[in-house]
Amino acid sequence: MTDRDHKETLTDALDGTISTDGGTATPFETVSQVEESRADRFWTAYDTYVRAPLSIVWGDWRARIGFAIVLCYLLMGTVGTVVIEPTAPAEGPALIQPFETMDYPLGTDDMGRDLFSQVVHSTQEMLKMITAGALFSVTLGTLVGAVAGYKGGWIDTVLSSITDVFINIPGFPLVMVLVAIFEMGENPYMIGILLSVASWSGLARAIRSQVLTLRQESFVESARTMGLPTHVIVSKEIVPPLLPYIVINLTNAARRVIFEAAALYYLGILPFEKLNWGVTLQLAYEAEAHARPQALHWFLVPMAAITGISIGLILLGQSLDRVFNPRVRARHEKTTADEDTLEATTH
Amino acid sequence: MVFNNWRIRRVGQAVFTVWAVLTLSFALVRLMPGNPMGAMLVQLEQSGMNPARARELVEARLSVRPDQPIPIAYMNYLTSTLQGDLGQSIASGEPVANEIAQALPWTLFVMSWSLCITFVLGVVIGALMAYWEGGRLDVGLTSWAILMGSIPFYVLAFLLLIFLSYRFGWFPTGGKYVAGTEPGFNLPFISGVMYHAILPVLSMLVASGVASLGMRGNSIRVLGSDYLRVARLRGLSDLTISSQYVARNAMLPMYTTLLINIGEMFGGSVVLEQVFQYKGLGYYLYRAVNIRDYPRMMGGFMVITIAVVIALFIADMTYSMIDPRAGGASNESY
Repeated sequence: MTDRDHKETLTDALDGTISTDGGTATPFETVSQVEESRADRFWTAYDTYVRAPLSIVWGDWRARIGFAIVLCYLLMGTVGTVVIEPTAPAEGPALIQPFETMDYPLGTDDMGRDLFSQVVHSTQEMLKMITAGALFSVTLGTLVGAVAGYKGGWIDTVLSSITDVFINIPGFPLVMVLVAIFEMGENPYMIGILLSVASWSGLARAIRSQVLTLRQESFVESARTMGLPTHVIVSKEIVPPLLPYIVINLTNAARRVIFEAAALYYLGILPFEKLNWGVTLQLAYEAEAHARPQALHWFLVPMAAITGISIGLILLGQSLDRVFNPRVRARHEKTTADEDTLEATTH
Repeated sequence: MVFNNWRIRRVGQAVFTVWAVLTLSFALVRLMPGNPMGAMLVQLEQSGMNPARARELVEARLSVRPDQPIPIAYMNYLTSTLQGDLGQSIASGEPVANEIAQALPWTLFVMSWSLCITFVLGVVIGALMAYWEGGRLDVGLTSWAILMGSIPFYVLAFLLLIFLSYRFGWFPTGGKYVAGTEPGFNLPFISGVMYHAILPVLSMLVASGVASLGMRGNSIRVLGSDYLRVARLRGLSDLTISSQYVARNAMLPMYTTLLINIGEMFGGSVVLEQVFQYKGLGYYLYRAVNIRDYPRMMGGFMVITIAVVIALFIADMTYSMIDPRAGGASNESY
């Protein structure tokens, strides 16, 4: 104990409540200067989680296009299936060109089935696959990566070895073999998860390496010193800073599920009853549509459907990057605007 | 010391992965419900073969003996597979290993070209975008890269096939080499092989879009760092700065992209080779799955996986030569 400390404790002991800096209150008795009602808190939350992200998204042209495209597909998958009638063979003449008549806006295939209706009615199943697959791979990848990176030691060794095995196995052949052996049903959720059975590993490795730097940060260290249990530290301290990265990976995972699902249907490996983008491709290929100029649109329509949603997802992923960028955020949030102006005046 | 340890660990990891893949395929063949062994037995017995003969045939084809207890069957499976015995094809009766040995080089040929060109294109385009960040070239190339990233490689493959092969007739519509040329080290054969590989390689280049976006981000980050300013103040030439400082540091994270691309490209070869009727390993695997030729299917799967394991191993080893920091992460347990 230094001389000065000694003197202070002495004065404290002498006059009881008054502390050495002249104040009368200990830090434990301090009352907040600002009062916050429940409504205030609600507005802050609304501003942070709903208004600011939307405003950022709206301010970026890429986001606007991406958002519009994804919304289009969502509408096709929900409202579209109700509004537009499913198609049947011999509904119209064979191989009508696109934009020729308004009855068949995208033309028909060689059995007279409306291609536009085919595209719309495949969307719902595809969206289900995408949702299941993307959520599965991102959740598992984040969980494994965060726990492995944070815990270290033998848990890390075990989890990392498993991750490495899955990174080394090429996903598509594995899925093919699994589909061939298990004779998959038609449940789109199951297919989505199966397609992601190996793809979580890349994200797990990336998350792990980021957690390795994060675990040495002081806020994580203090949480550990406070004796918080591991699952609380991982879910409350480790994962939130990585959320932007995780969300962007959600769109990437979704894109991969579409690509792989369409490819498997095209190869004729997944069983099907209803038509979808991949099946349409397969039928077109088997009918040699690629060699027949008048059947070209039969190929182009499903390919455009796959590429379209993928462009939407990529643009959305790139703009979400901005949503999570704190500097861009601050400019759009009303509740933090005060600090912004303060900063502007002091500089 | 850490460096050496890391190398040894990496070798161990590769061996572990190969073992895991072999075990997985054994489990799939023997243990899973609806497993190929059971399916084959049923198939053969239904076609009127007596059970004993059917068992013999299954054993010969799948190198798994149906009546052995699982641990012994597993050991036998491991040893025979490691000796290169992948069973015999149901369709042709040929040893699967021989068939694969003929198909594999073609896939490796196309894949290595695709990988190299993708990587170089990604780095060069990404660097150009970063150098003229915000300019017209940047916007144009970024849009191009996003478009490339949105197109599945098989869609590009179809477009190339439809227009360049069927419409204009510039390229062959399928096959690996010109029919009638004698396979060997002669000019007509080799130029024919190149000619047939152009479209498959071009289709795989869509991966360069995402790679170039990654390179662009890395370069912009490096361009803003302090040591570059110091390098300029020291009066280093632009060429030295751009090649030694910017390019090198921006390229290091690209290695991860390359690693992921290896797996995805090998996996994608199944679809690619089907589209172009290019009879490599991917096409072989596709045919096997389609006609449920289980020995071919498992053999193809194992070989394609082991090829990826080896490719990733080589890539990791060279990475540690370029980046001395590789592998030195803290592993302290919390």
